[in-house]
Amino acid sequence: MSSLSISGLVKGYGEAPVLQGVDLEVPAGSLTAVLGLSGCGKTTLLRLIAGFERPEQGRIALGANTLEDASTHVAPEKRSIGYVPQDGALFPHLSVAGNVGFGLPRRERRGRAVQEPLEMVGIAHLARRMPHELSGGEQQRVALARALARRPAALLLDEPFSSLDATLRNRVREEVHTLLRDHGVTTVLVTHDQEEALSLADSVAVLRDGRIVQQGAPAELYELPADSRLAEFLGAVNLVPASFGAGTALTALGELPLRGAGGAGAAAGMVMIRPEQLEVSPRLDGAAANGLTGTVRQCRYYGHDAILEICPEQPGPIEMLLARVTGEHALAEGTRVSVLARGPVSAI
Amino acid sequence: MSSIAPPQPVPQRVGRIWSGRGRWPLLGSAGAAVAAGLVLLPLVFLVVQAQRSGWGEVQRLIFRHSVAVLLWNTVRLAVACTALCALLGVAAAWCVERTALPGRRLWAVALILPLGVPDFVVGFGWVSLSPGLHGYLAAVMIMTLSLYPLVYLPVASSLRQVDAGLEEAGRSLGLGPWATFAKVTLRQIWPAVLGGCMLVTLGLLAEYGAFEIVQYQTFTVAIFTEFKLGFDAAGACALSLVLVLLSVAVLGVELAIGNRGRAWRAGPGARRSVRRVPLGRWMAPALCGLGTLAGLAIGVPLGSLVYWMVRGSSTTLPSASLLSAAGNTAAYSAAAAAVSSALALPVAALAVRHRNRLTILIERLAYLPMALPGLVIALGLVAFSVRYAFPLYQSPVELVAAYSILFLPLALVGVRSAMGQASPRLEEVGRSLGCSRAAVWWRVTLPLIAPGLAAAFALVFISAATELTATLLLRPTGVNTLATQFWAYTTDFSYGAAAPYAAMMVAISAVPAYLLSRRMSAPERIGGS
Repeated sequence: MSSLSISGLVKGYGEAPVLQGVDLEVPAGSLTAVLGLSGCGKTTLLRLIAGFERPEQGRIALGANTLEDASTHVAPEKRSIGYVPQDGALFPHLSVAGNVGFGLPRRERRGRAVQEPLEMVGIAHLARRMPHELSGGEQQRVALARALARRPAALLLDEPFSSLDATLRNRVREEVHTLLRDHGVTTVLVTHDQEEALSLADSVAVLRDGRIVQQGAPAELYELPADSRLAEFLGAVNLVPASFGAGTALTALGELPLRGAGGAGAAAGMVMIRPEQLEVSPRLDGAAANGLTGTVRQCRYYGHDAILEICPEQPGPIEMLLARVTGEHALAEGTRVSVLARGPVSAI
Repeated sequence: MSSIAPPQPVPQRVGRIWSGRGRWPLLGSAGAAVAAGLVLLPLVFLVVQAQRSGWGEVQRLIFRHSVAVLLWNTVRLAVACTALCALLGVAAAWCVERTALPGRRLWAVALILPLGVPDFVVGFGWVSLSPGLHGYLAAVMIMTLSLYPLVYLPVASSLRQVDAGLEEAGRSLGLGPWATFAKVTLRQIWPAVLGGCMLVTLGLLAEYGAFEIVQYQTFTVAIFTEFKLGFDAAGACALSLVLVLLSVAVLGVELAIGNRGRAWRAGPGARRSVRRVPLGRWMAPALCGLGTLAGLAIGVPLGSLVYWMVRGSSTTLPSASLLSAAGNTAAYSAAAAAVSSALALPVAALAVRHRNRLTILIERLAYLPMALPGLVIALGLVAFSVRYAFPLYQSPVELVAAYSILFLPLALVGVRSAMGQASPRLEEVGRSLGCSRAAVWWRVTLPLIAPGLAAAFALVFISAATELTATLLLRPTGVNTLATQFWAYTTDFSYGAAAPYAAMMVAISAVPAYLLSRRMSAPERIGGS
C-alpha cells in the first residue's frame, strides 16, 4: 500500500476551469472521501488520478513514484490504480469470472486469482453469470472484485453506490467499507452524499469551485466546518449570533463553551449549533422559564428521529431554531416548549 | 481564482487525431481518409469526363427535350411509387404490430421477404408470365411490390417502440381512436415513414434492370443505354450529374422535414407496452389484404421462378456455368463486404470517439453513396480507370471497389451503431486494469462491435450479390456473375435458362439474410439493467 499525494492540480475544459489547484493527501491504507455537489469536478479528479486525462498543471504521486507532473505522464495501465466507475462498467461480452480475470496474466485467469476476489465480495457463486444477469448491487461488487484482483496500490471509487436503491445501498456500503478496511486498501471515494462520506471515510475532503475547501476527519469537519456553506452542506444547522468571551460564547440560548480556537480575537460573530445539540422539553403553564421559550411551528417526522422547527417567543436575534429529537419525543405543532443548548459550539 | 498562478499555455488539441497519442488514431485517420477519397473519386471523374467536351456541350446535353421527358417519367414514377409504398408499408406495419392479427410472426417474415428478391427478378417474374406487361403502370406496380418493405421495416420497428402511454394520454384528452392515430401515433412514427420513403425514392432513381424489363425509360435506363449502346461517355456522365442532383435533392428533402417532430420520450419512466386492437369484423378484409400483398410481392416472383425452372429443366441446364457464376458472385461479394466493413470501421470510430468538424465531414461523405446510383459510381470509376489507370479497367479490383463504395453507407450504419454502444468508459476501465491501448482494442472494443461488423458484412454481401447495373458495366471481360448471366438470358427471352440463376441469387443471399433477421429480432443482449 502506498499513500497518494496530489498537489496543485489544474484542469480546465476550454474557458471554465474544472479544477483550480487541488491538493489532496490520502494516507496509505486509508479511505478518503471527496465530497462535492454534482458538477464540481469530482469525476474529473478521479480521471486525472487514473491517468485517463492529463492535467494542465500539478503533480500526482503514488508513494515515491511520480505519476504525473509537467514532464511525466504514466499511462493508465502502468499506474497500478484500480478504478470502479459509477455504474460498474462491466464488460458485457465477458462472464463475471472473465471480467474479474481481465487484468490478470493469462495463466492466472482461471482458479484462485479469480475466485479469491469474488469470495472477498461474497459473490463467488455468480462466477459464470453474464453481467446482464446480475442485479445492480451484484454488478457493483463484480466491478470492485475486478479492480481488487490485480492488488492495486490504490483504488478509486466513483459514486459507487449512487445507482443502488436505498436499502441495498446501505448494505453494499457497509460490506465494501468492511472489506476495504480489512485489506487496508488506499482508497479515494467520490460522492455527493454527505452521509456516505461521513460514515465511511477516515478522512473527508470537500471539493467546491474546483478546490478542496477543507480536509479532515469526519467529526472534525462536522463540528468545525471552515465556513457556513460547508456547515450547511454537511447537515442541518442553526446559526446564532454571539459575543465571545474567554473560551465561551454568549448567545440568546445562554453562555456556551467554544470549541477550538474559533472566535479568538473577535468580540462578536456567529456560532453554529447543530439541531441535535438542542434539548427540547414541553413547557407546562406557570413553570419557570428554563432556557429559551418558544412554540413548535412544524414537526418533520422521520421515524428514528424528528426535526422540530421552533419559533422563539421573545423577539430577538433568532427567528427560528431547528432541533432534533428522537422519534418518540416528536411534539405536535403548536406545543409550547423550552429549549436548552448543550455545548460546545463552534464559531463560524 | 486569483490565488493560483495562471496556467501555463497548453497546446490546444485540434481534435485528438493529430495529437499523436498512440498510433491507433493515426491508423484510423488514414483509413477514414482512404474511405472519403474512394467516395469522392467517381464523382470527381464524372465531372471531369462530362466537361471534356466543354461546358457548352454539357449544357446542350442536359437541356434538351428528351431529358425533359426522362425527368417527367422519373418524377411521376417516384411520386406514385413512394406514395403507394408509404401507404402499404404503414398499413401493413400497423396491422401486424398493433392489431390482434392471427399469425403475426408469420406475417412479419412474409412481408419483408420481397427485400431478398432483387427488383429485376421481380420484374422478370411478372413479365415472363404476362409478356404484355410494360410501361408506366407496370413499372409502378413492380417497384411498389419490391420496395414497400423499405417503409414497412422501419415503421414496424418504430411502432414496436411507440410509447402506449402517449396514446392513452391522447385518448384521455378527448381524442377519438382515429384522431389519436393521426395526432399521436403518426407523429411518433413519422421519422421512420420519412426515412423509409427516402430509401424508396433513392432506390427508384437508381434502378435499371426492372425498368429495362418493362421497357420504361427513366434517367438510369437512358444513361445506361447511352453509355453501353451509344458509347457516348460524355453524354452519359452529363446525364448522371442530373441524376445525382435529383438524389441529393431527395436526401435534402428528408433532412429538411425529417428533423421536425422527432419522437422523444420525456422522463426515465418505463415504456408501457401497447394494447393490441381487436379487429372484429375487419379481420377478414385485413387478412385478405395482407395475403394479396404478400402473394403479389413474393408469391408471383418465386412462383414464376419455380415455373420456369420446371419448364427449363427439359432444356439443357448448364450446371457448370451456374456454379462458376455462383462462385464469382460469392467471391466478389465477400471481398466487397470485407472492404466496406473495413472502411466503415475507422470512419465510425473517428465519428463516434473523436468527434470534430473534420470527422463529421468524413462521416457525411461516407453516407453520400446512398444518393449515388450504382450506375453513376460505375461510370465515374470507368472514367477514372480508362484515362488514368487502365490496368484497373474492368478488373476485379475495380468491381470490388465499386461495390465497396456503393454499399459503404450500409456497412457504416451497422458499424456505427455498434461503435456507439461500445462505451469508451469500458476501454478506460480496461486500461486501468493494466492493458495497453492496442490490447484493449483487441480484447474490449473488437468483441463489443463484432456483431455490428458481422451485420455490416452480411448486408453488403447480400446487396453486392444481387447488384446488376454496376456489375454489367465493370465485370472483367469473360467473367459472369449470377446477375449478369441471368440478365443475358432474360434479355434473350430464355426465361427457362435464366430462372436457375435468379434462384441461386435468392438462395445465396438467404443465408446472411436469415442470420441478420435473427440478430435483429433477438432481444437486446447487451445493455444496462
